[in-house]
Amino acid sequence: MTYVRPKFRHPELKKNKLGYTLSYYEGALSTLCAGCGHDSISAGIVQACYDLDIEPHKVAKLSGIGCSSKTPAYFLSNSHGFNSVHGRMPSVATGANLANRELKYIGISGDGDTASIGMGQFVHVIRRNLNMLYIVMNNGCYGLTKGQDSATADEGSKNKTGHVNLFQSIDLASLAIELGATFVAQSFSGDKKQLVPLIKAAMKHQGFAFINVISPCVTFNNNVGSTKSYDYVREHVEATGTVDFVPAMKEITADYAEGNTEHVVLHDGSMIELHKLAQGWDPHNRISAMNAVHHAKSKGEILTGLLYMEHESKDLHDMLGTTGKALNTLGKDVLCPGSAKLKELNASLR
Amino acid sequence: MPAGNSTVNDFVVRFANVNGTGSASANFLFTKSIFRMGIPVTPKNIFPSNIQGLPTWYEVRVSEKGYLGRREGIDLMVCVNPQSMMQDVNNVKEGGYFLYDSTKKLHDEFIRSDINYIGIPLMEMCNREFTDPRQRQLFKNIIYVGALCALLDIEVAVFEDLFKEQFKGKEKLVAPNMKALQMGIDYTKEHFKCPLPIRVERRNLLKDAIMTDGNSACGLGAVYGGATVVAWYPITPSTSVAEAFNDYAEEYRVDPQTGKKNFAIVQAEDELAAMGMVIGAGWNGARAFTATSGPGVSLMNEFLGLAYFAEVPAVLIDVQRAGPSTGMPTRVQQSDIMEAAYASHGDTKHILVIPSTPKECFDMTAEALDLAEQLQTPVMVMTDLDLGMNDHVSPPFEWDDNRIYHRGKVLTADYLENMPRFGRYLDVDGDGIPYRTYPGTHPTKGAFFTRGTSRDEYAVYTEDAAAYKRNMDRLVLKWETAKKMVPAPEVYQHKNHQGNGMLFYGTSKYAAEEAMELLKEDGIHLDAIRIKSFPFNHTVEQFIATHDKIFVVEQNRDAQMRSLLMIELGISPEKLVPVLNYDGMPITADAIMKGIKNNLVNKVKEGQLS
Repeated sequence: MTYVRPKFRHPELKKNKLGYTLSYYEGALSTLCAGCGHDSISAGIVQACYDLDIEPHKVAKLSGIGCSSKTPAYFLSNSHGFNSVHGRMPSVATGANLANRELKYIGISGDGDTASIGMGQFVHVIRRNLNMLYIVMNNGCYGLTKGQDSATADEGSKNKTGHVNLFQSIDLASLAIELGATFVAQSFSGDKKQLVPLIKAAMKHQGFAFINVISPCVTFNNNVGSTKSYDYVREHVEATGTVDFVPAMKEITADYAEGNTEHVVLHDGSMIELHKLAQGWDPHNRISAMNAVHHAKSKGEILTGLLYMEHESKDLHDMLGTTGKALNTLGKDVLCPGSAKLKELNASLR
Repeated sequence: MPAGNSTVNDFVVRFANVNGTGSASANFLFTKSIFRMGIPVTPKNIFPSNIQGLPTWYEVRVSEKGYLGRREGIDLMVCVNPQSMMQDVNNVKEGGYFLYDSTKKLHDEFIRSDINYIGIPLMEMCNREFTDPRQRQLFKNIIYVGALCALLDIEVAVFEDLFKEQFKGKEKLVAPNMKALQMGIDYTKEHFKCPLPIRVERRNLLKDAIMTDGNSACGLGAVYGGATVVAWYPITPSTSVAEAFNDYAEEYRVDPQTGKKNFAIVQAEDELAAMGMVIGAGWNGARAFTATSGPGVSLMNEFLGLAYFAEVPAVLIDVQRAGPSTGMPTRVQQSDIMEAAYASHGDTKHILVIPSTPKECFDMTAEALDLAEQLQTPVMVMTDLDLGMNDHVSPPFEWDDNRIYHRGKVLTADYLENMPRFGRYLDVDGDGIPYRTYPGTHPTKGAFFTRGTSRDEYAVYTEDAAAYKRNMDRLVLKWETAKKMVPAPEVYQHKNHQGNGMLFYGTSKYAAEEAMELLKEDGIHLDAIRIKSFPFNHTVEQFIATHDKIFVVEQNRDAQMRSLLMIELGISPEKLVPVLNYDGMPITADAIMKGIKNNLVNKVKEGQLS
């Protein structure tokens, strides 16, 4: 059952530059469990799109199968959505993006949808540097089938039934860095302050932007002994730094201590202000980023924040050399070579 | 010497080569020379699933009567592969000819008293004349073409033209090729009586026909049909469809000013991803297709179900090969019919179009792109290895410049602006086909959520039994609409109403048409119908209803099309007699005639034939 959110809003609600209120960016009422981390991430996407003055209909949201993959119904109801098949969102997003490069693409996946059944497509969408935001709502379990371990569950982590996971976990953020993703961040659904600017930066990034969000499953994996519970994650989060998003054209007035702040200019002129906390970490150096993630891990910590990004990256369209226009707008005049060419071709086949 | 079989423009030549030795271009040169003399000719590659070093054959049938199917019985074997020599000797028809490299003496075990031997010292001649090892290899092939030129009386000037065309821009290569050809001609004329009793004579029967392969034609059809997104994964025998699309698109679809491409082609990580990309692109308003073979269709099943249920256009070109499993990847079959027709779990049915010629590959690929968008569903072009990878004499490609792309029921921003609530799955027109919107069309109207789960007319998720059933029933109504839109069958009326009929499809056309003609000589007159699509339209139903018995000719073991006819039209099994060929080789008229005669004769014995 899908619930319809009440439409009534206070008439004096703040509006963004497009004249839309925050509520305009919301979706249907969530049917996920009360307290589910995923809903906070949906709220983060709503906030980010509102803040960035994005036209909702210029966004396409895609997902696979699972609790996380249901969430595109719960944000941006004025965007087209595509809830595809399990583990295959990346390929559908690739085709969609090829068809129309002018939209923004948000892909939502889960740890089962990405790290197990969808691992192949995840790996290859990174290779192609598809221009999209890819969020994994990572809770270490299969919520929709009642709590089985997923491939991101940590070795030794205990779930609600007391079952202890025997296997090594797959660390999606380090994998993404290793595979050449051009924007990689990690966050926690309980930390909206960090998550929203990361989503904004990721949406402005030209190329594949990946955010692995630890998002506890309140129903099946929020118990003592789980390494994906709210309590455990809160206690073990270590941030690379804080991130602020500065829209294009805005004068930077804030004053930060020299050496700790970096301004990363994005392709449209907007900026990320990065206040570094992690020592010896360079977000533009893949090896350094990898070291930082592994270093934190060795201490039993989860490193969050921006982990790695490239200033300039060639996305799939750049690599393929496709036209700047959306392919879905091209007409017969451009697409069809016509009968005269066909006559020439026939002659060459005789 | 045994008496040779004497015929003009009616024989089969088979070349026995080692793959990876450049024989393909020499063999094609031979075929093309006969084509240029206006004589119907049909080549078949019989090749291994291997890159270098294994036996490969190239069989050329020359037929003045225009029979373009394969025919059993080799009149002339050109054997340049010692590996397969025993088999090759044995395959020559009684009274036929065996051309071999006589540089080394032929062993006694290869000598048959009922065939004629033509020894040409290919290696010796090459080694004497050419020093470069690669040249020796390539010119050896041209020397045997020269021998055939003399033996079969092919016009030398035709070869000269072909070389000039082939080496345009590299004119230096014409002379050595002509020299090698002449060496073959001279040696053969000096040592053997030329021409042989089997030979060619110019006929100019082919008029404006072209010679090309079905895969190139599909790729070209997709360019003309407006496909902009292509996703594929390499698999024999479909790979050259995507490659042909790419080649033609590089030629016709690159903006001369910017150098940017008006198409995107992606080699996916597997067939699942390839289909996913096609569906993503189709959903987003681009014409998209993939090409694959049976194993790929198996992998794409889940996505095909999604596209069926969520109603997303997608085109899949299935170049069928011999299954099951990996089967015989370089041999032909029509054995994906069932799997394609009902691909995916749940109640699904898919549109199939079935070409028989390169021209139909071109036409039907372009048409499939229309149908997929008009019907908002996957459309599969069911070609096969024989059609896809072998060259065929075909009517020329045609394109009407006034033709428009039928993009189906898509709502524009203006339309949305003035309409009440948009219902993605609402059957407004009563034909089962709803209206759709592309993402990004209108700021506040027309957005909807596409999903593989059940939904109501407004694309809202539901588990309501009535809403689910309404949707499933609308899809059946859409299927009925499709029957009026898919390509109509070709009917061959031989004034045999109420009697026996023959039904066939795809590349069985060639052998079936030949069988029809030859059966007439035996007093057996059959009406026939060539199916070009699924669902079956009214004409197919009519044809079956108006005949007592239908021979269903297919290239698979389980008579899959026969099953489809039984299931979809409720035809009694007794009425449909399977005539099958499933050894991986293209079906022959002989096999069809045997199947039909066996049935008719047996029935006579049982006293059932009126």
